[in-house]
Amino acid sequence: MRYLTARKRAEGKGASGTGTEHHWYMQLSAVGLALIVPTFLYVIGNALGSSYEVVVETFSRPVPVLLTGLVVVFGLQHFRKGAKIMIEDYTRGVTRKALIIFLVVFTYGLTATALYALAKLAL
Amino acid sequence: MVQFTLPKNSKIRTGKTWPKPAGGKNVRKFQIYRWNPDDGENPRVDTYFVDMDDCGPMVLDALIYIKNKIDPTLTFRRSCREGICGSCAMNIDGINTLACIYGMDEIKGDVKIYPLPHLSVVKDLIPDLTHFYAQHESIMPWLETKTPAPQKEWKQSIEDREKLDGLYECVMCACCSTSCPSYWWNSDRYLGPASLLHAYRWIIDSRDEATGERLDDLEDPFKLYRCHTIMNCTKTCPKGLNPAKAIAEIKKKMVDRVV
Repeated sequence: MRYLTARKRAEGKGASGTGTEHHWYMQLSAVGLALIVPTFLYVIGNALGSSYEVVVETFSRPVPVLLTGLVVVFGLQHFRKGAKIMIEDYTRGVTRKALIIFLVVFTYGLTATALYALAKLAL
Repeated sequence: MVQFTLPKNSKIRTGKTWPKPAGGKNVRKFQIYRWNPDDGENPRVDTYFVDMDDCGPMVLDALIYIKNKIDPTLTFRRSCREGICGSCAMNIDGINTLACIYGMDEIKGDVKIYPLPHLSVVKDLIPDLTHFYAQHESIMPWLETKTPAPQKEWKQSIEDREKLDGLYECVMCACCSTSCPSYWWNSDRYLGPASLLHAYRWIIDSRDEATGERLDDLEDPFKLYRCHTIMNCTKTCPKGLNPAKAIAEIKKKMVDRVV
């Protein structure tokens, strides 16, 4: 029990001065993903179940590669920022910080792996 | 970490069943949360029977009936009895609302009454609103001006005054904030719908000259952006206000500053 006034408790450490950029990014990326994900699914869906040669041929064309790259980068960034909110909602203290670090490492790692795979297929 | 179950000493037990009123023909069953900090017991739910022919139509009338005629130890806040003071906010039939303007005819079956959720309980149906009021105070709910005060009054056009409709009517009953899951989990840092509705009320007041400072004070991932547009606040508001829209308007103003 700390002897803080109710006002001090409510004020906490004050406003951090951030948040709007995150909010605006989520709005923009949500709209962007709503447009590119269906196109991505259509293009990639056509290649699903095909032979290895057909898949390599698909990913050697610029449109599927760029589209996939965009979905990977913006999709995972959107996921990272959204999942961070979820972690902040439900966890506290060290757990919160550890999960956020894991999330950042995981999403950037996944992005790098996906881009490497794409580059290998495309080039 | 968020707690999804109640601690042992907060688990609710079955309480006392009070006798039915003698000679009552139109009797209704009430189940009411009881907790007394002085007896060291767990919370319990007591059962009462109210003679509806001897009682007014609102839930608050029934509570007053119980307190006057059955159990004088039942503790709850009330004052105006017409939805203006916000004192009698409680969870009735699963909805946060004001007991004085919630008719018993709106409830099917037994009437279940609990204190507002996710606040410390002072006693029975009385929640501790200290932090809630301090959060309201922190958004500076008053006119902030830099221009020297005019001799008569700060003038406002009819159009600018109309912008405050749907905002000034808030009675700070806390029904909205305590219905918000974001506020349940993060009320230490998230201001909650009631305080943010009031913040917006002063941000759009044409006479207020501290808009920038007010927005600066809200620029925070927790204070403002913990609102995930769940809309429970708007659904539950007993005054029919729309705190979710007020919060969205603040977010729009924030974006206008950076884009």
